[in-house]
Amino acid sequence: MTTLHVSNFKVRELQPVSFTVNNELVCLSGPSGTGKSLLLRAIADLIVHQGEVFVDDKTCSDTHPVMWRQWVGLLPAESSWWLDKVGDHFKQIDHEYLNALNLPAESLEWEVSRCSTGEKQRLAIVRLLEQQPKVLLLDEPTASLDADSVNRVESVIQDYANKFNVPVIWVSHDNQQIKRLARRAFKIENNEINEVTV
Amino acid sequence: MNVISLSPFDLSLAALLVLALAFISFILKLGLSNRIIIAAIRTVVQLLLIGLVLKALFAQVSLVLVTALSIFMLLIAGREVMARQQRRFGGVWGYGLGTLSMFVSSFALTIYALIAIVGTDPWYTPQYAIPLLGMMLGNTMTGVSLALDKLTTTAWQQRAVIEARLILGQDWRTAIGDITRDSVRIGMIPMINAMAAAGIVSLPGMMTGQILSGTDPVEAVKYQILIMFLITAGTGFSAMLATWIGARRLFDDRQRLRLERLS
Repeated sequence: MTTLHVSNFKVRELQPVSFTVNNELVCLSGPSGTGKSLLLRAIADLIVHQGEVFVDDKTCSDTHPVMWRQWVGLLPAESSWWLDKVGDHFKQIDHEYLNALNLPAESLEWEVSRCSTGEKQRLAIVRLLEQQPKVLLLDEPTASLDADSVNRVESVIQDYANKFNVPVIWVSHDNQQIKRLARRAFKIENNEINEVTV
Repeated sequence: MNVISLSPFDLSLAALLVLALAFISFILKLGLSNRIIIAAIRTVVQLLLIGLVLKALFAQVSLVLVTALSIFMLLIAGREVMARQQRRFGGVWGYGLGTLSMFVSSFALTIYALIAIVGTDPWYTPQYAIPLLGMMLGNTMTGVSLALDKLTTTAWQQRAVIEARLILGQDWRTAIGDITRDSVRIGMIPMINAMAAAGIVSLPGMMTGQILSGTDPVEAVKYQILIMFLITAGTGFSAMLATWIGARRLFDDRQRLRLERLS
């Protein structure tokens, strides 16, 4: 089991915050532009921040950045692809995730430019899980998906989290989804991050 | 040497052509007449000045004076590289990055050419040192500014991709690898094209000048080959150096992409 602990953590204009996420799924909400993505990006050590993040007893500042980002798997709101073929972005391929997200095996042969936003988003989730992150930070992972895909993504993430005992922070605007997924939730408002009741 | 000396009257015949061009531009309302005349006057003044400076410099072979003029040329070239950047590095890096890269490769290669290849005595003989360095700087300047401009503008546009690659566990070098390769390539292509076209499409200026001044064409060609090789190597190395330092500077010690370092 893995624990994510954020201690005296400060990014840009957000107030300092401390919280712990054990192997559970926690939702993060708040109006647009309040710094939800900022917080996730800082926990993944992509932007400058103050304070410390722990994955179990390992601190961010003492861990090699490449290693840290493999542990702390961030899914950005919009997926990025830099090679022509989908499959070229994968190191190894586990068809289980593809199946679970309703993606055919041939999808790895697809041209990235031909894929829809939703297909790219589901492929990006497969790509992230194959790195076997110890922590998942998901920035609106289902915003661009239809109802069926939303269900599939929710169960794939929940299965992964349960199987590997992974703490998950899931950014969502959808109260129904938050109720479905999480027992704990955080909300960012007026630069403050507070725990709210689900 | 059988140079036909040009008299002021000869040059004024050429100036008449420029005046005619300015006049016709005026009639056609191109709005360029003033600029043509000012540029023409600048050419005359700047070249006469450098002619006088070179004449004085050649008269006394002084390492101090050659060094002073070389550094002056380098600083101007550095300023030019900075001015050609759409998104330049902030602070001292904006100026220092291009200047340093040009300094390392242009000066090293020029000194190498003077000592090991041409074998002038003393090695800093200004008649050789200054024109060689001038041609090196003029061309590396183009290479460095093209490469840096490509690097910084592409990194800016592809921020999401670079960060996505970092997220997926790539180190900074890999995450920006495609962009650095493209940047170096862009910096080197003009010189490679120039080498390929030399003598067929274009007669290089230096060689033409030597031939006009009565040098045996084959000798002139040999010097031109030397210059082309030096310039190509110098441009390539300085483009690589500038791109590498620039790419490194885009990331901090935690391998975070720091685009705010560009202004």
